Amino acid sequence: MAQHVLQPARPSRTASIRLNTLTTRTLVYLLVIIGAVLSMGPFFWTVVSSGKNINELYRYPPTFWPDNPQFIKNYVEVWTVVPFGRWFLNTTYVTVMSLIGTVLSATIVAYGFARFRVPGREAFFFVTLATMMLPVEVTLIPTYLLFKEFRWIDTYHPLIVPAWFGGGAFNIFLLRQFIMSIPLDLDEAAKIDGASSWRVLWQIIVPLCKPAIATVATLSFIANWNNFLGPLIFLNTESKYVLAVGLRYLQSTFAGGSAVVSRPQDHLLMGAALMVALPCLILFFVAQKYFVQGIVTTGLKG
Amino acid sequence: MSVQPATQSAAVAAPESKRRRRWSPMQRREAIEGILYLSPWIIGFTVFVAGPLIASGYLSLTKYNVLRPPQFIGLNNYIFAFTKDSLFIPSIIRTFYFALLSVPLAMIGSLLIAILLNQKLVATTVWRTFYFLPTLTPLVAAALLWRWMLNPDVGLVNYLLAQIGIQGPGWLASTTWAIPALVLVTLWASVGGSRMIIFLAGLQDVPKEMLEAAEIDGAGTWDKFWNVTLPMITPTIFFNLVLGIIFALRTFEVAFISTAGGPARATWFISLHIYQNAFVSFDMGYASALAWLFFLILFLLTYLQFKFSGRWVFYAGAR
Repeated sequence: MAQHVLQPARPSRTASIRLNTLTTRTLVYLLVIIGAVLSMGPFFWTVVSSGKNINELYRYPPTFWPDNPQFIKNYVEVWTVVPFGRWFLNTTYVTVMSLIGTVLSATIVAYGFARFRVPGREAFFFVTLATMMLPVEVTLIPTYLLFKEFRWIDTYHPLIVPAWFGGGAFNIFLLRQFIMSIPLDLDEAAKIDGASSWRVLWQIIVPLCKPAIATVATLSFIANWNNFLGPLIFLNTESKYVLAVGLRYLQSTFAGGSAVVSRPQDHLLMGAALMVALPCLILFFVAQKYFVQGIVTTGLKG
Repeated sequence: MSVQPATQSAAVAAPESKRRRRWSPMQRREAIEGILYLSPWIIGFTVFVAGPLIASGYLSLTKYNVLRPPQFIGLNNYIFAFTKDSLFIPSIIRTFYFALLSVPLAMIGSLLIAILLNQKLVATTVWRTFYFLPTLTPLVAAALLWRWMLNPDVGLVNYLLAQIGIQGPGWLASTTWAIPALVLVTLWASVGGSRMIIFLAGLQDVPKEMLEAAEIDGAGTWDKFWNVTLPMITPTIFFNLVLGIIFALRTFEVAFISTAGGPARATWFISLHIYQNAFVSFDMGYASALAWLFFLILFLLTYLQFKFSGRWVFYAGAR
């Protein structure tokens, strides 16, 4: 399954003659470029807007590059007007702690599903897959009440602890599929040499699973960094916010009602939105190879 | 055919002999070890999935405002939803309207991008990255970014429309255009993502020999796509469709940030209605009933899709 690398399809000789006719190729590139402009345009516009001053921002017709760029001033202001740095640290903490929990527990559980004959295993695995279809709304209310009972509201535990218990059906599924593709002979050879199943997991399975683990880590990072509903419900204190909820807070502050600012400040909001998105975009460039492959393998086997 | 009776009786006999066989110490050891490895998920599943599922089923039959203990009221919450709650049924209809607009566009858009990226292009990785980046943007950030782009007075979109002589609508401020605007935001934030990549993988699994054979028979580009490629990727389309419908009906963040359900409740989706009842009004019993109704709708819809999939989904490996 891991060999399924995305390559542009190689057209057959007859097809390539047709494809290479100038008009077709021009049309294809034209469409690809239009699509890319539509995808990247909003980013460009956000960057431009984030460097304008408030008067230029609301000028019509809009300018396509700030007349008096004040990027640094605006970005510094975002960090001072709200505890943006604090939110950044909070988000990093929640994301990293959940990521560690997800990777560790999903690997262990997936190993259990892939390698041990336990009565009822197939049924339980099927139920696990079914949970992927379950809307969060159904379990959210009792979960909230449970965490309230634990006195975990307004702490990070509700956002971190569940990740340490399996790390979610999708991640278990992805890792289990990957472990099943590793030949059993390797396990058995190690066992004959006297290795315990725990040692087999860490010294044989995990090193071979690196691409799948990297995928799970990347997906988990992005999911947690972008998580909005959880932090919205479980966190109340401003200084404990994570970035996604902070952005929303910033939006309502800048809408004009608060004492801090008297009129909408969309240029700061745009700068803040970009900074929130940036870590995920950077991560994508670092992990691109694994990331795309991981989606493909699970998508196909699903 | 003649082999079948034998295999059948073997299949019937197998579980019985398994049941009669006593477990060897090694098998028992394997089972115990396996349960230990599975235990984090057994606990997680019980505490965070199965337990809450049962609990919310019970809560949906009660009146519960968190301050006082739940009070059993039978099916009253469900009856209330259909008879007295003037927001519930419209919110369902609105949610379906959103899905009806967004799902076909999202499917066609993703497939189109996948077909384009499946051509022999220079710098495929670069293009793929361009299409993928919007889908990595946190939805909250995407919603804010588009709120600004769609500003009726000074937004970029209406400015560009004005350049070609079109008076742009009020988008998120208009009751008619708010849902199409949210569709636009959702499309931008999802069309080049995992759905597209799964399509791309599906396209690359279409056997080249089949396309070549069709070509020898004189099929043109369009014929080949319609009669070979499309039938071959129906399993991929089905997979994306099932997930896409669930994803669309659950839309929350984009509406919550862009419009907060407005203007005049024009984007008040079922997910917002549940959130409002649960975490703003703290009417946990009623919100649980709403969540269960929503869950049943999703379940029914997914079930029907699987039931009717046999009519149009073609599995090359199926016998």
